[in-house]
Amino acid sequence: MDELRELYQQLILEHYRNPRNFGELPEATHRAEGHNPLCGDRLEVALRIDGEHIVEIRFRGSGCAISQASASVMTTLVKGTSVSEAMALADRFHRVLLGQEVPSPELGPLAAFAGVREFPSRVKCATLAWHTLRAALQQVSEPVTTE
Amino acid sequence: MPSASEVISVETVAQWRADFPILQRTVYDKPLAYLDNAATTQKPQVVLEAEERFYREFNSNVHRGVYYLSERATELYEAARRTAQRFLNAASPEEIVFVRGTTEAINLVAHCMARSRLRPNAEIVLTHMEHHSNIVPWQLAAEQTGARLRVIPITEQGELDLSHLEEFFTERTALLAVVHVSNSLGTINPIEELIRKAHAYDIPVLVDGAQAVAHLPIDVQELGCDFYAFSGHKVYGPTGIGVLYGRRRWLEEFPPYQGGGDMIRQVTFERTLYNEVPYKFEAGTPNIAGAIGLKAALEYIQQLGLERIAAHEHFLLTYATEQLQRIPGLRIIGTAWRKAAIVSFVVEGIHPHDLGTIADREGIAIRVGHHCTQPVMDFFGVPATARASFALYNLPEEVDRLVAAVQKAVELFRA
Ligand SMILES: Cc1ncc(COP(=O)(O)O)c(C=O)c1O
Repeated sequence: MDELRELYQQLILEHYRNPRNFGELPEATHRAEGHNPLCGDRLEVALRIDGEHIVEIRFRGSGCAISQASASVMTTLVKGTSVSEAMALADRFHRVLLGQEVPSPELGPLAAFAGVREFPSRVKCATLAWHTLRAALQQVSEPVTTE
Repeated sequence: MPSASEVISVETVAQWRADFPILQRTVYDKPLAYLDNAATTQKPQVVLEAEERFYREFNSNVHRGVYYLSERATELYEAARRTAQRFLNAASPEEIVFVRGTTEAINLVAHCMARSRLRPNAEIVLTHMEHHSNIVPWQLAAEQTGARLRVIPITEQGELDLSHLEEFFTERTALLAVVHVSNSLGTINPIEELIRKAHAYDIPVLVDGAQAVAHLPIDVQELGCDFYAFSGHKVYGPTGIGVLYGRRRWLEEFPPYQGGGDMIRQVTFERTLYNEVPYKFEAGTPNIAGAIGLKAALEYIQQLGLERIAAHEHFLLTYATEQLQRIPGLRIIGTAWRKAAIVSFVVEGIHPHDLGTIADREGIAIRVGHHCTQPVMDFFGVPATARASFALYNLPEEVDRLVAAVQKAVELFRA
């Protein structure tokens, strides 16, 4: 049960129940769709970018607690940052989940997802939102998948 | 059909269970509760031994050696075909084609139909509860030939809606392809009736029996179906081996499936004469050990008795349905009147994927996802379900553990 509590931390469950920045963003300048073929989760990330700045971000979709909470936390972190900062954070988050980097305080609420490392089949749930964000920032028009 | 009155004793199930070595193992220090039998079943000792013995004592290629080993291997392989024939009560062993599994069996029929029978505007009738492997091959065949797919709808209970059945059968209908037992809903379809009605219009019927053969006695002659497909690994046999039963007239009429060795009689660069059925459809070296393992599996369940297995599974289905339904917020998807031992469910506020992870840490293997039936998920408006599916070796205690794990998830998520 301890590993499970580590996985389903309060912060994750809270974001799952009350996702932030959830919904459609009609005035989006960038958007992408992500798809996890293993579980059928789908996610859309839409952003309004002004110059280098992420002014607005929203996500839509359905999925497990990990994928929904990860998307929600992500939106709170990258809103107001620059595109390059968002990309750097995405890279760092991936490295942590792949066990290539230990979580540091700079990760802030993302550190709550470190427990996912003990559940290899769930890492993709945590990274789906970030893959999709990256695709949106790079304006990939094809849906991305976690495969 | 299981007689509801028959009760299989705890001792009997314990004996059956002891035949499966993997069930002794633990997962995360908990005894394994394997409840994903619709995905694949575990293998009894007799199957493991049959495969191993073949490799140890008889390994050689079939249908081509004049020496002792190859003759023995050929005999064993052909004996497996006769066992499959008797298992399905096919009229002759020539009507049994060994394939990799249900998927390949359906692809074989779709491929051969596309090359012989399907014309532009021909119609292939499917149902809304088909597994992707009984949808996609027909889409490919339709693309190739200009044929169209038509889909028999389902009801809220997860049963086929047969109220407009006859409208699906026209002079354009080339085939009805229907699942015997739904892998995501558990529904046992009235294929006897479907076959009878389709045949009244001269429409051949393919039955996807992947989920049926481990639970129901099958008699293809009594059913009268034209094709019946199943996978060895879902009936306690090895992976990579399966059976396509095809009525002789179809197999004779069909062009070959794949080209290669064993499926030919004579080859020149100008022209090839094909081998007779079923070899015409078995190009290349087949899965010899797999067929021998399958033979052992079919004999094993026949020895236990399919009626007794069905009675035990029916008990597990009833018990699991009752116990799971008590959990507030839990909804069972698939409440057909006739069901095999498959229970799909969703729990309000908890994604099936999370249920799967929490059950896993309790040593319980259940499947979560769309179960290769996305149209069924769309119909019920859920992205996925959690599914427990039972086999002859499962115990009511394992149902209790599953219920406890779901309750644990509910507590964790509502905390
Ligand atoms: C109803 C049904 N049809 C077809 C298949 C495909 O079987 P296989 O993967 O063994 O070819 C399955 C297996 O998941 C099934 O449940």
